[in-house]
Amino acid sequence: MPDFSRRGSWLVALLTLAAIPPVLAQGSTVDEIAKYRAALQDGNPAELWEARGEELWKQKRGPRQVSLEQCDLGLGAGVVKGAYARLPRYFADADRVMDLETRLVWCMVAQQGYTEADAKKSPFGNGNAKKSDIEALVAYITSESRGVPMNVSLAHPKEAAMYRIGEKMFYFRGGPHDFGCVTCHGEDGKRIRLQDLPNLTKVEGAQKAYTTWPAYRVSQGELRTFQWRLYDCFRQQRFPELLYGSDASIALTMFLARNANGAAFDAPAIKR
Amino acid sequence: MKLGRSVFVIGLALVPLGCAIAPSNDQIASQATAMLQASFKATGQAGLDRLNQDETQRVCSELAPGKAPAKEVAEKIEKLNLATIRYPADGKLLGDWRNGEKIAQEGRGKQFSDDVAGPVGANCYACHQLTPQELSFGTIGPSLYQFAKLRGYGADTQRYAYGKIFNADAFAACSTMPRFGHNQILTDQQIKDVTALLMDPQSPVNK
Repeated sequence: MPDFSRRGSWLVALLTLAAIPPVLAQGSTVDEIAKYRAALQDGNPAELWEARGEELWKQKRGPRQVSLEQCDLGLGAGVVKGAYARLPRYFADADRVMDLETRLVWCMVAQQGYTEADAKKSPFGNGNAKKSDIEALVAYITSESRGVPMNVSLAHPKEAAMYRIGEKMFYFRGGPHDFGCVTCHGEDGKRIRLQDLPNLTKVEGAQKAYTTWPAYRVSQGELRTFQWRLYDCFRQQRFPELLYGSDASIALTMFLARNANGAAFDAPAIKR
Repeated sequence: MKLGRSVFVIGLALVPLGCAIAPSNDQIASQATAMLQASFKATGQAGLDRLNQDETQRVCSELAPGKAPAKEVAEKIEKLNLATIRYPADGKLLGDWRNGEKIAQEGRGKQFSDDVAGPVGANCYACHQLTPQELSFGTIGPSLYQFAKLRGYGADTQRYAYGKIFNADAFAACSTMPRFGHNQILTDQQIKDVTALLMDPQSPVNK
């Protein structure tokens, strides 16, 4: 008996020793990343995008030389405060459920007189080489919902249908890798490499993720919108290229935004 | 019986008065399929045919999060996928673990943004712990550190490792792991090299 227990504890000690180095080292790596993320919160360059977006919103632009202050984001013409927390929503004038970016394109076409191709020409900026007006407008408009609880409605049948279609798409697995949104975002406490993944099938996960987009991405030096987030997720899923403002992008946004209801909106944020 | 019928009649009578009936699950599913087709464009090596699901993908898309498929469904999927596995004709399953480590690190391949002539990796570290030297590993899949040290270095384990990389759904229906051989993501030689990373006694995975 004593022999056995001594051998047992020796074995435990050996196994523990074998296990410690990688685990400890990993723990400190994760700690360092947490410190880095905390340090980032001190200043957010997204403010530069917000300021430029406010100017763009108020400027007379496009072939008709009118500002976007007549654009109805859902709460009445020109009302920006709190508008993003209630999007996507059904717009009767377009007879379509729209997210913020689709709605901005619609206003640029219907009110400012741009062609749709021109309005959608530069949805994603590329550092200083190519700035995106839409990213700036989104930064400004979303910043006017900071602190406002998410309150996305499914009262219109088209809104309710979009939510259910978005839910289907979330679980849709395809492509050469069999990936779907659910592959990475269906369980608690998972990571890709060292990047934490939110579980978007749960209210807390959807709330934390959705309310922190758009975000200034330090690794890209750009402010990224929710359309970009979906676009780049699908790229990594090995799907074809997601069309900007497509119905699939709106359906998925509807699914995630609605699941975030009740949480205070907290963006533009800053991320790695 | 009688009661059920009158409830049914009342239900029918209410339809024109109330709101539109909510679409059925099948209707939503077919709307989602059509919407996906209209929402993407073919770019680079990623064509729209990637949105066409095979039977495994279709069945696995119906699962609730974190739920395994029912036993009969799982057996059917596993049988279907097991039949796709092709072992190398020369019977040699182990390549070079050093190449295997490079393939495990490589995240590029098959994205619309990737060069068709460029590298294609397995990106194992995105989801698995492998060698103790690499601290940046994901946790979507289990740790594979000491894979063969714990399971043995024998022929059966080699065949299992090769087969699992070739088609993970043959052993666990609706696995989150890609079917690297079946979907021609990796070449046979690359699968041998990754198998060696797991199975070679000299591989740092088994140290």
